[in-house]
Amino acid sequence: MGRITLDKVTKSFGDVNVIPPLDLTINDGEFVVFVGPSGCGKSTLLRLIAGLEDVTSGQIRIDGEDATDMPPAKRGLAMVFQSYALYPHMSVRKNIAFPMKMAGVPQDEQKRRIEAAAKSLNLTDYLDRRPGQLSGGQRQRVAIGRAIVREPSAFLFDEPLSNLDAALRVNMRLEISELHNALKTTMIYVTHDQVEAMTMADKIVVLRAGNIEQVGSPLELYHTPQNEFVAGFIGSPKMNLIRGAEADKHGVATIGIRPEHLAASTESGLWQGTVGVAEHLGSDTFLHVHDHGLGSEPLTVRVDGEMPVRHGDRIFLTPDESKLHRFDMQGLRA
Amino acid sequence: MATKASRAAARLMISPAVLLLLGWMIVPLSMTLYFSFLRYNLLMPGMEEFTGWTNYRFFLTDPAFTAALWNTLLLVGGVLLITTVGGTLLALLMDQPFWGQGIVRILVIAPFFVMPTVSALVWKNMFMNPVNGLFAHLAKFFGLQPYDFLAQAPLGSIIFIVSWQWLPFATLILLTALQSLDQEQLEAAEMDGAGPLSRFFYIMVPHLARAITVVILIQTIFLLSVFAEILVTTNGGPGVASTNLTYLIYMQSLLQFDVGGGSAGGVVAIILANIVAIFLMRMIGKNLEA
Repeated sequence: MGRITLDKVTKSFGDVNVIPPLDLTINDGEFVVFVGPSGCGKSTLLRLIAGLEDVTSGQIRIDGEDATDMPPAKRGLAMVFQSYALYPHMSVRKNIAFPMKMAGVPQDEQKRRIEAAAKSLNLTDYLDRRPGQLSGGQRQRVAIGRAIVREPSAFLFDEPLSNLDAALRVNMRLEISELHNALKTTMIYVTHDQVEAMTMADKIVVLRAGNIEQVGSPLELYHTPQNEFVAGFIGSPKMNLIRGAEADKHGVATIGIRPEHLAASTESGLWQGTVGVAEHLGSDTFLHVHDHGLGSEPLTVRVDGEMPVRHGDRIFLTPDESKLHRFDMQGLRA
Repeated sequence: MATKASRAAARLMISPAVLLLLGWMIVPLSMTLYFSFLRYNLLMPGMEEFTGWTNYRFFLTDPAFTAALWNTLLLVGGVLLITTVGGTLLALLMDQPFWGQGIVRILVIAPFFVMPTVSALVWKNMFMNPVNGLFAHLAKFFGLQPYDFLAQAPLGSIIFIVSWQWLPFATLILLTALQSLDQEQLEAAEMDGAGPLSRFFYIMVPHLARAITVVILIQTIFLLSVFAEILVTTNGGPGVASTNLTYLIYMQSLLQFDVGGGSAGGVVAIILANIVAIFLMRMIGKNLEA
């Protein structure tokens, strides 16, 4: 079981209020991702749940039990750190065994769990090496192995993939998702990378300055962002946000349109501009369109990979009216 | 910068320094070796003659030698024990955030800047003196008999004084090592269910192993040759109760004017120091490998 409830939790460091009162419920078996820009309090929130920081006020409940003042070890949660935090003087086997040794698990049970974890994480050949002799991905797996053997009620991941190279990151992302499907344990995952959030999460919590901006499934956030911040943060490349006269036509302060919901043409369309940088990805091309008269920011538009446009060409854009997002003066969805 | 020419130039340029250091070491060493085989007493100048191993035989069979050997080992071992254990505990304490941290750190290093003769005299006259010392006053305040530290426990007192001097060194080295410990490792251990004691023994001590090795090696070098503290406090006495090898050699060559015997003692000390060094490197040298 791993149902975690935060009830009016706040955190201040001295005079700085990092997390204003915050309520959140994480259901058993869910994969929840906290996402937000640097310094938004997502790691602090995770450390509050882990018990590595004390809450200033409010209550944390794990499976209905008040865990606010419980020491980290008693909460039954396992954490994977950004730096992996492996013990450098211990072999991989001893690293994985450490939490069991502390908990007084019998030797043969320890051995069984280590073998099982090593097998599922492809670490069997490396059990007698030191962390210093492993690659980044292997260290990451050892850190996950050390978390698995505790059989925790929930896993906490603190930006676990940010130290890996791009290819390995995609692999580990899949492995962690597979792990979640196999274990069906609650996982809380902190990242600043919205692609990781979108691909892995059952539920995304978007944070800004300690406030929860929106909670929802990846597609909910994509289709119905509740405010401008979420709209701009979720989706890659970013949504185009247009203010001024064009927004007034729709009776709102800001309209947003995603690059993939703009139709591009070389002959005719609603808006027009000149093509700037074209980013060719093969399947798609992202065009940055300037001089469109809708604001100072260039518009980003996704076109087919084969579309024959060049730097400086004239281009016409037509937004898909049904996919247009409207935001009022406060930045809230209208 | 690893061409043949640059490497040859590098060798050429460091050679004066190397030759100077080599000469600096080899000349006194060979003179000591040479003197150790002579009957050479400053009270009888011009009477030097070759005596073979006699100097060594006299030095090694002197009852004071065995006593000095044990005293040396006790002194080195005792100070090492006190400074590494005490230094680790002090470093742990000073690693905690508290008000006035900067000043406390400066105060802690202070004993290291006090000259050995001065600190030994301060301890001898102001603290350990059985009549005027602070400890004597304290004892009298509680109605106890003052304890004459330097007469009753001469070696213990010297170990204490030398430890006081070297504790700051150990504390500082261990403190910097402790500060380089990744906090996430401690947090991970905490999440893994390790209490404060387990965290100390399983995470901190292994992390400190290298720093402790450095402390032990450097201190051993200096502690084998403790001299000033003995000279100004006990003069090696009572009897030979606080005489170490260095002090014994000093007595031999400068109090008895026996250059030959002193030289033989010096050579014995060199050999013993090397034995200690070999043992140390065997025991803890692997900690220095990356």
